[in-house]
Amino acid sequence: MSQAIETARTYLKPHKKLPTVWCGGCGLGVIMSSLLRVISKMEIPKNDIATVSGIGCTGRMPTYVDSNTLHTTHGRALAFATGVKLANPKLTVITAMGDGDALAIGGNHFIHACRRNIDITAIVANNCIYGMTGGQYSPTTPHGKRGTTAPYGNVEHEFDASALAAGAGASFVARTSVYHVRELDKMLEQAIRHRGFSVVEVMSNCYTSYGRLNKYKSPVDMFRWMKESSVTLREAERMSPEELEGKFTRGVFVENYMPEFIEVYDNLAERLTSDSTTVATQLRETVERYERLGDRLKAVG
Amino acid sequence: MSAKRNKDIKVLQGNEACAIGAVAAGVNFFAGYPITPSSEVAEFMARHLPLIGGRFIQMEDEIASIAAIIGASIAGSRSMTATSGPGFSLMQENLGLACLAEIPCVVVNVMRAGPSTGLPTQPAQADVMQTRWGTHGDHAIIALAPSTVLECIELTVCCVSLAEKYRTPTVLLLDEVIGHMRESVTLPPPGSYHCESRGTPGADLDDYCPAACEGDTVAPLGHFGGPHRFHVTGLTHDKHGFPTMVPDEVDQKIHWIVDKIESRADELAMNDEFMTDDCDVLLFAYGSTARVAKASVRQLREQGIKAGLLRVKTIWPFSGKRLHELAPQLRGIVVPEMNMGQLVLEVERTIGGGVPVRRLGRVDGRLFTPDQITDFVTEELSA
Repeated sequence: MSQAIETARTYLKPHKKLPTVWCGGCGLGVIMSSLLRVISKMEIPKNDIATVSGIGCTGRMPTYVDSNTLHTTHGRALAFATGVKLANPKLTVITAMGDGDALAIGGNHFIHACRRNIDITAIVANNCIYGMTGGQYSPTTPHGKRGTTAPYGNVEHEFDASALAAGAGASFVARTSVYHVRELDKMLEQAIRHRGFSVVEVMSNCYTSYGRLNKYKSPVDMFRWMKESSVTLREAERMSPEELEGKFTRGVFVENYMPEFIEVYDNLAERLTSDSTTVATQLRETVERYERLGDRLKAVG
Repeated sequence: MSAKRNKDIKVLQGNEACAIGAVAAGVNFFAGYPITPSSEVAEFMARHLPLIGGRFIQMEDEIASIAAIIGASIAGSRSMTATSGPGFSLMQENLGLACLAEIPCVVVNVMRAGPSTGLPTQPAQADVMQTRWGTHGDHAIIALAPSTVLECIELTVCCVSLAEKYRTPTVLLLDEVIGHMRESVTLPPPGSYHCESRGTPGADLDDYCPAACEGDTVAPLGHFGGPHRFHVTGLTHDKHGFPTMVPDEVDQKIHWIVDKIESRADELAMNDEFMTDDCDVLLFAYGSTARVAKASVRQLREQGIKAGLLRVKTIWPFSGKRLHELAPQLRGIVVPEMNMGQLVLEVERTIGGGVPVRRLGRVDGRLFTPDQITDFVTEELSA
């Protein structure tokens, strides 16, 4: 317990007033505390971390984490994070997004971030609902479940966020839930250590918006659902599609070594600037001409 | 002309010149999405940035492009993107974030005819008001419009400098003609320009206020990975950068982001004048239209009409100072624009009915001709 308090004291912003904006029984606190434990365990200096988010309940996470923090517009966390990482690759860049943020309004940024393989860790807190705006159905609300904009049950079918990430080419994809906290810690650490784009989908619970609309009696009921409705990859392998109906699989789905974007880019830049036989020479001369113009400016700047 | 001097003369395209200006001003990060007629800027940056230690990335859309340059700026880069009308529309959301969070970055908008997809390869000046008011909420913006290829270099440097100095997004408003035009450029002599930087936060690591908004000084901006840890948000925030709903703090913030730019309108105004000393008819123009207007001034003078040209390079913030100074000698002002009347609204507002202001719009995707402007002026005078 004292360990937990110590971690909180070190990695929560000192002048940020608590409690958080999150409702009692919300899973987001579990995800944030897991993140803090992992950062602490990995001993990453706080100044070397950039936590980036979009909009929604999950979007508020950077407000509390004591690192460099960037709270952006709805769905755009990964696009901002891309710029942050490219401008300063030494930073450990972590994005926290909800399901609506990452997969609806930010869906395009999400798949392209997966494809590019820039060394960013994307946490997708999936509570199957738009919580902050009051419970509208999201891209992960299961078919038939209720939201305030799906009052008779969701007509649409949901995304499998992990399958989407894997399909789009993410080099690390894992899923667990806020009930499986030790597993969450382990996966987050693996994801942050992974050199490339990593996605950790965390099944979470929004009792206030999703739970009450879908006949869960309490937040505890929702944690019980996560415990009982999830199966590990190994268990899933032995189950038929019928048995897997309505359940979600936990585990590391993808862990590939793929060349990381900045690594490839910088190697290319080095080759270009050291190569004296190809088109690079010509380009370099052009650049030098313009740099002389730059020097003139810098001389007075 | 000596051989040494010849080396400084180059034939450049406007978009290319703009990219050269950016590199010269230290821009080391570019994110963009292909769009006509601005793609040459991205192509130049893609070729050159890896050679000078910078980085280029082509994002999935314009929303992501501006997001990436804001992110890169926060992490310490000088960053830029380039686009045209439809892409500029998509950028409005995050342009607002950069205004509120006070993040320096440069957006080049090579204006083409709209609305919607419009005429992708034809010029317009139809994004003047979108530049000023496109993103939601009260804010201010700095926008510059070059008329020559050399000015594409100069004003890009200015855009970088002003973005850094005032911690604000700046917009370089080219039109398709200026962006794609090639003309000879004499590279400026040393010491021609000055490029500011965003400053360095003080040594006190615990009480860094990245969003301070008091007095006259824009707070220096640290960078992610530097000695100061800080929070950046698109929510209205207090001086530490944390969300606030306290009415006094909110009010102060909004006034700050507007006033820091609007109160400096006269200081930021860059104009160029042609035959205004004794003119009684003033052509007020910018961008490629101003080049045509200059020819019209000559034609009108030949007809014995004392015409002059006030060409504004600073579009936003709009300064009425020079108009006020010239007004007493004028019997009319004509504002030709490749739109249905945008910057003319500011001219009318400034003049306030004292001198007749006439709009001359063109929205058929073609440039004005000198005759068109000249004829309009003579018709108005005889009316």
